[in-house]
Amino acid sequence: MDAELFKQQAKAQILVAGAERRPLEIRGGGSKNWYGQQVQGELLDTRAYSGVIDYEPTELVITARCGTPLAEIEALLAQHNQMLAFEPPHFGNAATLGGTVASGLSGPSRQAVGALRDFVLGAVLMDGKGDVLHFGGQVMKNVAGYDVSRLLAGSLGTLGLILEVSLKVLPLPVASSSRRFAMTEAEAIRSLNQWGGLPLPISASCWQDGMLTLRLSGAQAAVSAAEKNLGGEAVADADNFWQAIREQTHCFFAAATSQKFLWRLSLPSTTASLALPGETLIEWGGAQRWLITDVDAAQIREAAAGAGGHATLFRTNGATDKSAGVFHPLTPAVAQIHRRLKASFDPSAIFNIGRMYPDF
Amino acid sequence: MNPLTSTATATAAEPAFSPARQQQVVSALRALLPEHALLSNLEDTRPYECDGLAAYRQTPMVVALPENEAQVVAVLKACRDLKVPIVPRGAGTGLSGGAMPIADGVVLSTAKFTRIVKLDPYARTAVVQPGVRNLAISEAAAAHDLYYAPDPSSQIACTIGGNVAENSGGVHCLKYGLTVHNVLRVRMVTIEGEVIELGNGALDAPGLDLLAVFVGSEGMLGVVTEVTVKLIPKPQAARVIMASFDDVVKSGNAVANVIAAGIIPAGLEMMDRTSSRMVEPFVKAGYDIDAAAILLCESDGTIEEVEEEIGRMSDVLSASGATRIEVSTSEAERLRFWSGRKNAFPAAGRISPDYYCMDGTIPRKNLAQVLLGIEQMEKKYGLRCANVFHAGDGNLHPLILFDANLAGEFHRAEEFGAEILELCVAVGGTITGEHGVGIEKINSMCVQFSPLEREAFFNVKRAFDTAFLLNPDKAIPTLQRCAEYGKMHVQRGQLKFADLPRF
Repeated sequence: MDAELFKQQAKAQILVAGAERRPLEIRGGGSKNWYGQQVQGELLDTRAYSGVIDYEPTELVITARCGTPLAEIEALLAQHNQMLAFEPPHFGNAATLGGTVASGLSGPSRQAVGALRDFVLGAVLMDGKGDVLHFGGQVMKNVAGYDVSRLLAGSLGTLGLILEVSLKVLPLPVASSSRRFAMTEAEAIRSLNQWGGLPLPISASCWQDGMLTLRLSGAQAAVSAAEKNLGGEAVADADNFWQAIREQTHCFFAAATSQKFLWRLSLPSTTASLALPGETLIEWGGAQRWLITDVDAAQIREAAAGAGGHATLFRTNGATDKSAGVFHPLTPAVAQIHRRLKASFDPSAIFNIGRMYPDF
Repeated sequence: MNPLTSTATATAAEPAFSPARQQQVVSALRALLPEHALLSNLEDTRPYECDGLAAYRQTPMVVALPENEAQVVAVLKACRDLKVPIVPRGAGTGLSGGAMPIADGVVLSTAKFTRIVKLDPYARTAVVQPGVRNLAISEAAAAHDLYYAPDPSSQIACTIGGNVAENSGGVHCLKYGLTVHNVLRVRMVTIEGEVIELGNGALDAPGLDLLAVFVGSEGMLGVVTEVTVKLIPKPQAARVIMASFDDVVKSGNAVANVIAAGIIPAGLEMMDRTSSRMVEPFVKAGYDIDAAAILLCESDGTIEEVEEEIGRMSDVLSASGATRIEVSTSEAERLRFWSGRKNAFPAAGRISPDYYCMDGTIPRKNLAQVLLGIEQMEKKYGLRCANVFHAGDGNLHPLILFDANLAGEFHRAEEFGAEILELCVAVGGTITGEHGVGIEKINSMCVQFSPLEREAFFNVKRAFDTAFLLNPDKAIPTLQRCAEYGKMHVQRGQLKFADLPRF
């Protein structure tokens, strides 16, 4: 579809929805539809607004429309030996750029390079009045105006229709190697934090079922030196292993059911094992922990908050009861700022209502 | 250190408040603060009249220097009740007038918040008060072979609270990121007097990423009382390549070629001939003053890694037409190569009575076009300009040289600067890469953002600062201001990319 026509149609749909106070569900490929609360509303499908607008490898920036398939972007970058360094999970072939940014999820390399939000340089947003607003830009350093484009990362479409995004890209590492170590959970947490303080090229880590797997990435010399220093065993088929962690196709995740939910705990990396019943997989040097359990939400949230982090009800595998809330409750003052931001970008309260929190 | 040392333009403004109003505010705050933490006599408030941008001055009605968070809460509540605007202030080293006082307002200084609350080498984090100096964090972490990565040139003096307000960068930010990438948590007080934590000890927080929008908000959303920063391992080794080029375009292409080769250097800086000739007599860094441009290209990491990367970068630079390449062979030599770049601003102050530092960012591919445009503006305004460039991330610092004692020169320098920023926007860049908008570039915001976008910024501000009292005259211009500015200047969209030069 013609880009201008899409914007006209989207604007018309938004204005009618606003006038009639009818909620909209903004959706790309629907690959992450299960994430967050269920949204009721008329579909605003972004897939027709597709295509890379600008990509110059030497500028380290790509700009694309929200409906562009994530796979298309990654394939284009790979042709030029570049990547989305935060390794966003696709969770299916249908994933789009807009959905990726709106969900704000990052993959295994987050511990080394930063999260999706760290790579957002600019965004174009259609707000609740159908107005098109540009924030940030296509350059690496930009402090003109508040950084609204980063605010859109992980906003789950609650602030408006993310039309276009500019992301910083990075070269593919020259060399990579994965090593595996037999370790208890406590040993793994301790080792990961100690190694984190040393100049080692660790780009990803995963502990599960008594085994810690590390990925080393960088200059050949740095990777070789770290292999020698750290020891451990070589990992066969390492690329597939990390892909399975990134996309949650690893057998660990198959244990989650409609009774035993998959929780994501975001914690200070040094947090000791939380002693909650269930199965654990640890990523990001200890800072991201996946828990498959049937323990009730309050107990999990208390443990996570007590450690200085938070807990997300990530997957319920078909169970529709998310009454415990998907995301960790906000403090009243922070929730108030959320409501005011929501009201300013979406004054008629039509965008993905309730996807993040019940009241906006 | 003042980039704009002109005093000729500063007017000794009459107090813009009545003695009764001052008395009212002082007595309200006196009940909340120790006597020495409250200043209202002109001789005491005078030192606060400007920040690093000394041409823009205003003495404040009152200066408050709270000593703890409870006092910050109390001061903010009192100011809200009395409807007094507040200008938060760190070390006052900012270059855009972001801490310039408001005549009938209170300056809230975080100078007493100088404690490193906790440094945890195992977690690789430091919890610090906002008045802790940037470099002091790295110094405290050095015993553990850790450091705080963002290194703005003012890092000896500037504070972390100011860094959060400005989203400060530094010469290593292409590889290591800006403040926003290195701060995990901010504790701050709103105008309502509520203490709010954005972020936490983990890598992310629930809800919208308010921390991302708070960093770089120029003291307009809340007053910071504590910050948790990330510490990273110190690289074992660092070496820098100094490469000469006989043509600026070639040096720009060399930068692109380094990146195309898949290398992200730890630092990548360019200086034009005016700059290297300006600094060389001053610091004797060994710069090739016949070169049209020199590049400084640094690699850091393990010894083996640096060896490998220096080799690859040297090959690329040679293939890109470098006329001379030197690689530092010792730490002393590395620091000498850098000394010229790091002293560019003081050197400008040495050869010119005054200078005005701009801060645009451009897509790197447009460097030659922008430098050509600046060259033509030099003729138009009759002023010289030296260009130093964070080449890796496209952040250009033109230093406009002028003499404020000559009638009209300061005004011409301002106009020159504004036109450079318009050119940056026209080629797809931005009016400020790292110094902030403050009061200095507030008119240029009219060029970069539409009225609706500026209104969205005001709404973001109101979501945090409902009373609209925190640094309210900075960064975001009103419609009226833009209308006045627009009478003289063209708005975005009407500027044409291809039609340069356009003066």
